[in-house]
Amino acid sequence: MQDRSPATLKPEDRTELFWLLSNTWLMAGRSIRHIIRSFDQVMSLLLFPIMFMLLNRYVLGGAIDTGNVTYANYLFAGIFVQVLAFGANYTTINLAVDLKEGIVDRFRSLPMASSALLIGHIVSDMVRNVISGVIIVLVGLGVGFRPTASAKEWLFVVGLAMLFSLAISWASAILGLFVKSLEAAQWIGFVFIFPLTFISSAFVPTDTMPPALQIFAENQPLTQVINAMRSWLVGTPMDNAAWMAVIWSVGIIVVSVPLATWLFRRRGPVG
Amino acid sequence: MVRGTAHNAIEVRGLRKSYGKLKVLNGINFKVPTGSILALLGPNGAGKTTTIRILSTLLQPDDGKAYVAGHDVVEEPFEVKQKVGLTGQYAAVDQYLSGEENLLMIGRLYRLSKQDVQRRTSELIKLFDLVEASKRPVRTYSGGMRRRLDLAMSLIAAPPIIFLDEPTTGLDPRSRQTMWEIIKKLAASGTTILLTTQYMEEADHLADNIVVIDDGKVIAEGTPNALKARAGSDRSEIVLVSAKDLDKAKDIIDGQSLQIDETSLSLSVSSKNGTKQFRQILEELEKAKIPVESFSLHRPSLDDVFLKLTGHKATKEETSSTKKGKK
Repeated sequence: MQDRSPATLKPEDRTELFWLLSNTWLMAGRSIRHIIRSFDQVMSLLLFPIMFMLLNRYVLGGAIDTGNVTYANYLFAGIFVQVLAFGANYTTINLAVDLKEGIVDRFRSLPMASSALLIGHIVSDMVRNVISGVIIVLVGLGVGFRPTASAKEWLFVVGLAMLFSLAISWASAILGLFVKSLEAAQWIGFVFIFPLTFISSAFVPTDTMPPALQIFAENQPLTQVINAMRSWLVGTPMDNAAWMAVIWSVGIIVVSVPLATWLFRRRGPVG
Repeated sequence: MVRGTAHNAIEVRGLRKSYGKLKVLNGINFKVPTGSILALLGPNGAGKTTTIRILSTLLQPDDGKAYVAGHDVVEEPFEVKQKVGLTGQYAAVDQYLSGEENLLMIGRLYRLSKQDVQRRTSELIKLFDLVEASKRPVRTYSGGMRRRLDLAMSLIAAPPIIFLDEPTTGLDPRSRQTMWEIIKKLAASGTTILLTTQYMEEADHLADNIVVIDDGKVIAEGTPNALKARAGSDRSEIVLVSAKDLDKAKDIIDGQSLQIDETSLSLSVSSKNGTKQFRQILEELEKAKIPVESFSLHRPSLDDVFLKLTGHKATKEETSSTKKGKK
């Protein structure tokens, strides 16, 4: 169909590392374009943070005693972490969509690193969460959140937010590789995230919960992340929350990355 | 390392694959000479897609060997991937990206230089008649446009071997015609093509050789003409207006292959040279003043081929119901 004989075009001569980074960059660029071009992703990006912040602040806020911090100051870290966790659900959905539509077969038939697709989705999750994070800070400030954090403490907050996002996105990737349908991908993440955010220190102090719940709430990763951020932002007691939050996040990453990559490789034909 | 025979772009020996107890491939053998088109012809569930998936390294066989461009698909998947373009059954395109962005992305994933990717992208967009739509998201494309883009994407690196899994299933007749023309041009330029199809007509139209598979086994292979000869030739059928002409018509048409159905007043005869013989028969009936109700030419369909080769029809009840279930 062309004049030249059908010899393969010569691949560019680069190192394997170059191609791994190039593939990942392409896949991330693809997923980020998806955020911008998909109306529902843009809407959820805007609406979720605003809705959660306003509902909790004004509907529940008056009835909750948070001691010597105002509820707006108490709530901020909780909503912040909740929105990061909910955002990761898009990794689940987008992976499930890719597997369903057959584009994964195309990628797999190409001489590319198969993990690049996964990393691409994770990177776009990070981008999405940075946008959500900025929105939530703005809305928080609007409803009475008055952080006392120093520049260094803000850096810690941002750093932990990124690390935690990374952990939860990889965990969500595993869900995306497990589910058999798009419908399941829509809700499965929430089955984990909803109880985890409610049975935590996100919206209420844990000391009013029944003992069994309290033990769970105080030791699960979300509470540690929330408590660490809250301490940096508005000066509540830290105890060892920062270390626990980092250990949890790194632990989730160490388990999820190889598991997700392995699942992705062995995931057979779809449908 | 390059193995297999040099003049065969694809060589498959004793390929087996099962899913649990279900044997999908039961020892498949075939060869595709470099630069030719081979059609894998068979009903739904015969093992066509599984074969393509193994050859494009998406799936591991349980047993047997397959060489593509001289490379073992199991031991050297990376080398195989660089020589092959795959177009699957469902258009594997990115809905949110534009046609152009899809091509640029895939070209770069094939490790082409940025200049090569740019050049090939604009070439293919023109060639596949997608210039006007090239900047629009693929979501807005018609089915035929998606298939064309899909094929363009697998051609971006100008691979010497192309796999097409049911390239025209679900397309309207016009889009099918366009697809056929593209495939023929591709073959004319020396690309080796392995395609799967459920349509005898498609295999007949495109392929140099046909391999008929059923229940994971090769049941026949050969050129389209050889296969059709085995399935019985074309039949010319004449339906008369009145029963009283039947005997006279019998004398005129005459021949070993003559079949008569007296209740429907139809006479049919195998036709060796198609329309020419048809015209002769009609002219002679006209001379004898025998009025003709209708006439038609019946070509052997996939069903006829299957009926002849396997004793059962290509479209079994259960396969047609699983097909519905999938959609």
